[in-house]
Amino acid sequence: MATPSPARPMKPLASSASFDAERVRRDFPILERSINGRPLVYLDSAASSQRPIAVLRAIETYETHSHANVHRGVHALSQAATEAFEGARERVRQFINARSTREIVFVRGTTEAINLVAQAYGRPRFKPGDEILITGLEHHANIVPWQMLCEQTGCTLKVAPIDSRGELVLDDCLRLLSPRTALVAVAQVSNALGTVLPVKRIVDAAHAVGAVVLVDGAQAIPHSEVDVRGLGCDFYAFSGHKMYGPTGIGVLYGREQLLTAMPPWQGGGDMILTVSFEQTTYNDLPWKFEAGTPNISGAVGLAAAMDYIEGLGIANIAAHEQKLLALATTQLERIPGLKIIGTAAHKAAVVSFTLEGVHPHDLGTILDHEGVAIRTGHHCAMPVMTFFGIPATARASFGCYNTDKDIAALVAALGKAREVFG
Amino acid sequence: MDLKELYRDVILDHNRNPRNFGRVDPADAHADGHNPLCGDRLTVSLRMNGDLIEDVRFDGKGCAISTASASMMTEAVKGKSRNAVADLFGKVHSVLTQQDAAADPALGKLAALTGVREFPARVKCATLCWHTLNAALDRGTATVSTE
Repeated sequence: MATPSPARPMKPLASSASFDAERVRRDFPILERSINGRPLVYLDSAASSQRPIAVLRAIETYETHSHANVHRGVHALSQAATEAFEGARERVRQFINARSTREIVFVRGTTEAINLVAQAYGRPRFKPGDEILITGLEHHANIVPWQMLCEQTGCTLKVAPIDSRGELVLDDCLRLLSPRTALVAVAQVSNALGTVLPVKRIVDAAHAVGAVVLVDGAQAIPHSEVDVRGLGCDFYAFSGHKMYGPTGIGVLYGREQLLTAMPPWQGGGDMILTVSFEQTTYNDLPWKFEAGTPNISGAVGLAAAMDYIEGLGIANIAAHEQKLLALATTQLERIPGLKIIGTAAHKAAVVSFTLEGVHPHDLGTILDHEGVAIRTGHHCAMPVMTFFGIPATARASFGCYNTDKDIAALVAALGKAREVFG
Repeated sequence: MDLKELYRDVILDHNRNPRNFGRVDPADAHADGHNPLCGDRLTVSLRMNGDLIEDVRFDGKGCAISTASASMMTEAVKGKSRNAVADLFGKVHSVLTQQDAAADPALGKLAALTGVREFPARVKCATLCWHTLNAALDRGTATVSTE
C-alpha cells in the first residue's frame, strides 16, 4: 500500500522470512503480562499499540538526564532538551519525507491536528457555498471538526459513499469534487474496517479542482511507508500511540506555503517573537502552532518509535501483518454465524466482524475473560455502523508483535463465546 | 470471576426470548435510552392505570445483559406503583454496584443480575433500561443516556 515516490525510490522489499515475530515480541514487556490468569493476547493495536522497550528507554533516558523546558534558558539542560525535541522533529521529517522541519508541527494527536487545520486553515477562509468533502468511512475525529467548521462558516459538508464491501465508491467521490470544493479530508486507512483508500488518486483529483487535501494517516502510518511529498497531500495527520510511540504526541504535517499563510491556532508562550500590550508578533514555523510547553518526552518517544519501525523495516512489518490478516480472515470465515464487516480488496491489519446471536459487547467480555483483548463497539465511526445496519462490531487488529498463535487464541475464545451462548 | 456468574441461564434465556418485546400501543409514555459506549439503544413504552403500570414493553438492540435486564424489568414492574418501581430499582442498583449487598428476596428473578457487579464495564448495560423506564415515568417522552 506504500505509494512509490519520485522523491524517494522504493527500497527493495526485504524477505519477510527474516521477520521473526517471536523475537519482536520480546521487545514489548507488556506482552509478558497475564490477563485473568491467561497470557495476554493483544489484538487492539488499531486503538493503541504497545511500546517497545527502546521507546520506554528513550523516554526514561530523556527524563533522567536531559529534561528542562525547551527554547528558553541558556543552561545546559534547556539546550539538551531543545536538541532532543528538535532532533525528534528532524526524525519525523525524515520518516514522512517532508521537505523541511518547518512543516512538522507537534500536536497531541491526530484529532488535534485535524482541529488545528479546521480552525486555522478553514475558519478564516471558508464561506457559505464552499464545500468540504469527506468519505463515509471516516473516524469521528475527521467528521466532527468539519461539522463544527460548517456551523462556524456556513460551508457545507459532503460525504462520498461507501459500498457493501466497505470500499469507497471512487467514481462517486470524484464526481462530488467541483470548484466549490475547498477541502477534502480523507482517511488513508479506515479504522473501523481496515479499508485502504486510494488517497493518491483523490489528492490528484482534488488538486485538479483547486481543493486542498488533508489525509488522516492515523491508521496508515503503522502499516505502510508514508511519503507526504510522493502523496502530494497538503496536510497529513497522525498519532504517536498507534505506531508504537507514546500517547499525547502526534504530528501535523502541512505544506510550508499553507502553514505560513495560516494564523496561529492557540496563543501563548513559545508561539511568539515579541509581546507588548499593543501588539504581538508570532514565531516562525513550526513554533507558531506550538503554544505552551510541548510534550517533549512524547516527541522523543515518537522519534524512538520511528527508529524502531525502521529497524524492523516497515515493508517487513506490512508483509507480516498481511499474512496475519489473510490467516485471520480464512479462520474466522469458517466459524458458523460469523460475518466479516469490511471485505475491501486492500485492507490494513484489521478484521471487523459480528457473530450471530452474540452481541459484540458480550463477545468483548468473554474474549477478555480468555485473555484476548479486542475492541468492541462503534469504533468512533458511528456512520459506518449505521451504513451496515449494526450497532457495533468486534474488531481484531494486528501489529508487528502478533503471531499465528494470537489468531488461534482468538478463534478458540470465539468458540468459548459460542459455548456460553449456545 | 466466572463467566457463568455473569451469563446465568436465566439471563441467557431472557436474551434469547425477551419478554414484553415491542411497543405498548397506545402508550401513555415512552422514552429512549442510549448507551454511547456500545451503541445500544432501547425504547420503553408504558400505559398507566392511575398510579399503576398497567402495561410496559421494550424494544431495541442491545447486548445480552441489557436485553435480559430490560426483559426481566418489564416482568417485574408490571402492575406496580411508581413508588414500588423506585424501591425495586434501588434494590437492583445495590446488587449491581455494592460488592457485599445481599440479593433482597423481593428481587426475584432480577437477582440473576448480581454477577454483573464483577464486571464493572457492564453495569451500565444492566441499568440502561431502568433509567429509561424512569424517564418515561417522569417526563412522558424523553431520551436518556448512560453517560
